[in-house]
Amino acid sequence: MRKTRRRNIKITISLAHYFTTDKMNNFSYTQAATAKEATGIRKDKADAAYIAGGTTLLDLMKAHLEEHSQLVDINALPFRGIEQTKDGLRIGAMERMSDVGENALVLQQYPAVSESLLLAASPQLRNMASIGGNMLQRTRCGYFRDAAFPCNKRVPGSGCPAIAGDNHNLAILGTSDACIATAYPGDLSVALAAFDAVLTLENAKGKQRRVPVTEFYLLPGKTPQKETVLEPGELIVAVTIPAAPHAQRSTYLKVRERSSYAYALASAAVGLDVQAGTIRSARVALGGVGAQPWRSSEAEKVLTGAPATEATFRAAAAAALRGAQPYKENAFKVELAQNTLVQALLKVAG
Amino acid sequence: MSEDFPTDFAAPSSGSAPQDGTRRSFMKQAGGLLGLALAPPLLSQAERLTAFSKTVEGVTTLQLKVNGTVRSLQAEPRVSLLDALREYLDLTGTKKGCDHGQCGACTVLVDGRRINSCLSLAVMNQGKEITTIEGLMKGEELHPMQEAFLKHDGFQCGYCTPGQIMSGVACVKEGHATTDDQCREWMSGNLCRCGAYPNIVAAVREVAGKA
Repeated sequence: MRKTRRRNIKITISLAHYFTTDKMNNFSYTQAATAKEATGIRKDKADAAYIAGGTTLLDLMKAHLEEHSQLVDINALPFRGIEQTKDGLRIGAMERMSDVGENALVLQQYPAVSESLLLAASPQLRNMASIGGNMLQRTRCGYFRDAAFPCNKRVPGSGCPAIAGDNHNLAILGTSDACIATAYPGDLSVALAAFDAVLTLENAKGKQRRVPVTEFYLLPGKTPQKETVLEPGELIVAVTIPAAPHAQRSTYLKVRERSSYAYALASAAVGLDVQAGTIRSARVALGGVGAQPWRSSEAEKVLTGAPATEATFRAAAAAALRGAQPYKENAFKVELAQNTLVQALLKVAG
Repeated sequence: MSEDFPTDFAAPSSGSAPQDGTRRSFMKQAGGLLGLALAPPLLSQAERLTAFSKTVEGVTTLQLKVNGTVRSLQAEPRVSLLDALREYLDLTGTKKGCDHGQCGACTVLVDGRRINSCLSLAVMNQGKEITTIEGLMKGEELHPMQEAFLKHDGFQCGYCTPGQIMSGVACVKEGHATTDDQCREWMSGNLCRCGAYPNIVAAVREVAGKA
């Protein structure tokens, strides 16, 4: 009797959750005119959040995965523009995915970055979502996104049902006993990690610092709730991508469960500088398979100085996935990621 | 997390989905009365359209320019653009499907660009040009995209259609409907559970061909 009752309660809770997911908690709204004003509010109010495009934040708030007492609109901050600098192409964090993806400079100098943007989400979402917000999107792990389940990322210490559960779309590289999610499920940061992009961040004191994208994301370890090195209240100002021959000859290949408008099961951002059949420099990062955007120095080592042949690409792919730890439902990703990487390399090798 | 549920569950009627026509008309009347009672002087209304550098809390007067007309509504900052259009301004042509930016039924144009109105706050769309399905007709004349959807039977149940049409209008304007494949890719943010896709592609492509 008691057991039955418990089960009923659980079902009721799940249904209640389902029917109320569109109701956000109430919050106040401020449009910040300056970075100082924005960071100042966050400094005084730990549970406030920045909002740019809102496509990730409002989705999470409607699902009650995040609640904030105040939203600080940062769209008026001067974090705009796509311009050539001595360090490379500098993209303001408030630029929209669609504008960056179709920008002539991005298309010409970093085809992989453009493709990673235009293969992501939908045209509507790309019109809304900012570059900074894209980089901070949260995992699509079903256990994280359903508050009825435990999740170490959402409630630290509560457990990870994904390890023995539905993990077909989760990570095989860089995971831990606490979390096997692809914490960043998107595409852009994979391409940015491959091509040595550097973020400019600004804190409440107005002090700026530069952090390479490869060091921006944290692996889950024992603290999967901490996903980036961003300090509380710190803003993403811009991302700068250095110019390089391997960036110009690059591509982003994305494999999905349907041909459009889906997250990657596996993806590869690759760039090659090939001279007389020999690879002078190579860049490789994988998406959809790592706990975070997965730059593979192992694959790059195999490629650099080697002939640009399929045999080399196969060897590089094997090296990239050597440390993979597959789970019950995502073991297919080990081979899928390798094939994705080989196909992408064949494409840029031409 | 479970402590959240009793309050949520106890107030299903305060959810944003209308229970019936009565609630909508009640909201309309209540909104109108409130609007009269709380209407601020004209000067501060003009100010609201440009200067936002202050905190908005609780129910306040918002102004949205929808289909060329500035409309006032009394709403909290948490009200999405979609709910503002449907529940506060009675523009129910824009549809609520998933409410999470996954289906495209809520697609509208903001400053000429297509967006998912469910993932945008009404308060953040003040001072912008919003175009909904209701704003496409010129007088009694249907928009060419509406004509094309009729001609090619680009729907069955029709629920996704306003979003498909708004997205189609933007898709053609962006120049992303020059081939069938390109059209499919750039219309992929609009789902149709009836599977009218071949006819939707035919309609959008026809308008693109004439543009």
